[in-house]
Amino acid sequence: MVEFTNYDILRNLLFATQWTILLSIAAFIGGSSVALLLTAMRLTRNSVMTKVVRIYVELFQGTPLLMQMFLCFFGLSMLGYEISAWGAAILSLTFFTSAFLVEIWRGCIDTLPKGQWEASRCLGLNFLQTLRYIILPQAIRVATAPTVGFSVQVIKGTALASIIGFVELTKVGTMLNNATFEPFKVFTLVAIIYFLLCYPLSWYSKILEKKFNVSR
Amino acid sequence: MSLVNLHQVHKYYGDLHVLKGIDLDIKAGEVISIIGRSGSGKSTLLRCINGLEEYQEGGITVDGNEVTSEDIQVRRLALSVGMIFQNFNLFPHMTVGENVMLAPTIVLKKSKSEAEQIARAMLEKVGLAEKFDSYPEKLSGGQQQRVAIARALAMSPKVLLCDEITSALDPELVGEVLKVLEQLAKEGITLVLVTHEMNFARDVGSRVVFMHEGKVWEEGDSKTLLSDPRTDELKQFIGAVL
Repeated sequence: MVEFTNYDILRNLLFATQWTILLSIAAFIGGSSVALLLTAMRLTRNSVMTKVVRIYVELFQGTPLLMQMFLCFFGLSMLGYEISAWGAAILSLTFFTSAFLVEIWRGCIDTLPKGQWEASRCLGLNFLQTLRYIILPQAIRVATAPTVGFSVQVIKGTALASIIGFVELTKVGTMLNNATFEPFKVFTLVAIIYFLLCYPLSWYSKILEKKFNVSR
Repeated sequence: MSLVNLHQVHKYYGDLHVLKGIDLDIKAGEVISIIGRSGSGKSTLLRCINGLEEYQEGGITVDGNEVTSEDIQVRRLALSVGMIFQNFNLFPHMTVGENVMLAPTIVLKKSKSEAEQIARAMLEKVGLAEKFDSYPEKLSGGQQQRVAIARALAMSPKVLLCDEITSALDPELVGEVLKVLEQLAKEGITLVLVTHEMNFARDVGSRVVFMHEGKVWEEGDSKTLLSDPRTDELKQFIGAVL
């Protein structure tokens, strides 16, 4: 029986934190890319494309993230696609993140007055030029704060990847608990680490919100 | 030669029949004031002329080209029709100069220096040359509206549509905007205004169109029509606004 000192516990947890951070970043990048595409599809006002986006959003917002992970991990392997826990986690977190980001971003774009679109149209700008020169520069200012705020949800969401066997912070916490039988100590440390990851983001999001509210 | 021609234009919003067969012919150099109660369809009419609204029956041509609300058509139209809005609709993230330079640069593909030259000349024309580097939010409503005029003029439109462009302004700022319009009228640009400024319509306008219940109820020379209205509806309207 190996003895775990406090130092060992902390060292292992911090090591696992790297994977939590990496998974969060990967999910965030994947999610934003898909969300950008979906936002553009939605803005075309093409009825088929808008419908596709709506179904996508409702599907992934309306089902638990854990079920999405199970389906990506077990479901895909049953269909014959071998997928690692890492791959399944990224895939399902990408769905989850994009489904929420596309709604957040649409809200931000909707807050811009309709007159901005009309004025652009009357000056002869086409759809993509209007997006690039008029809509996006203004929407990004509005969207930054809620987007950073939402990244906290993504970080917390990565904890579910422990259930499909991906070794990140929560998973290592569970393993350490099994070895040390000190759940209070271990999970308090785990919670503190999550808090230290998330709090700066929430704080920064509030700062951004204040900053942009003053200038507009 | 007619510059803008509307022939039996009908427009519906669902069941609501907004324009009921509009016939209107506008010649180059005319200054047309469209007046009428709110809900009479005047703004809708204006927005049909530049393709911002679809119409269901009839036909509209501008400079010989048919107007449809198809994107490509609207953009071609933008080369001959300029539009000024009630709420200015300046781009708040750009300076005054950038607002005016944008369309000449990316739509007309002019060089930066050429576009800047145009922008400075147009801002000079509306009396705001010194505001080139300011942001719109630092300007008064009247100044913002003058920038919007400069922005439209930078595309050298053949006709300028003005949708109640003084209605959102404080009373003391209305004059500066009307003065710019008067100057433009003198230079011979074709203006179509939806307006509540009766004095302007009478003194500067060449023709007045009175709309009532989605129809052109009465139209004619501005001085004659406003001093001697023929229909009861126009008499009532003039009585109410003066």
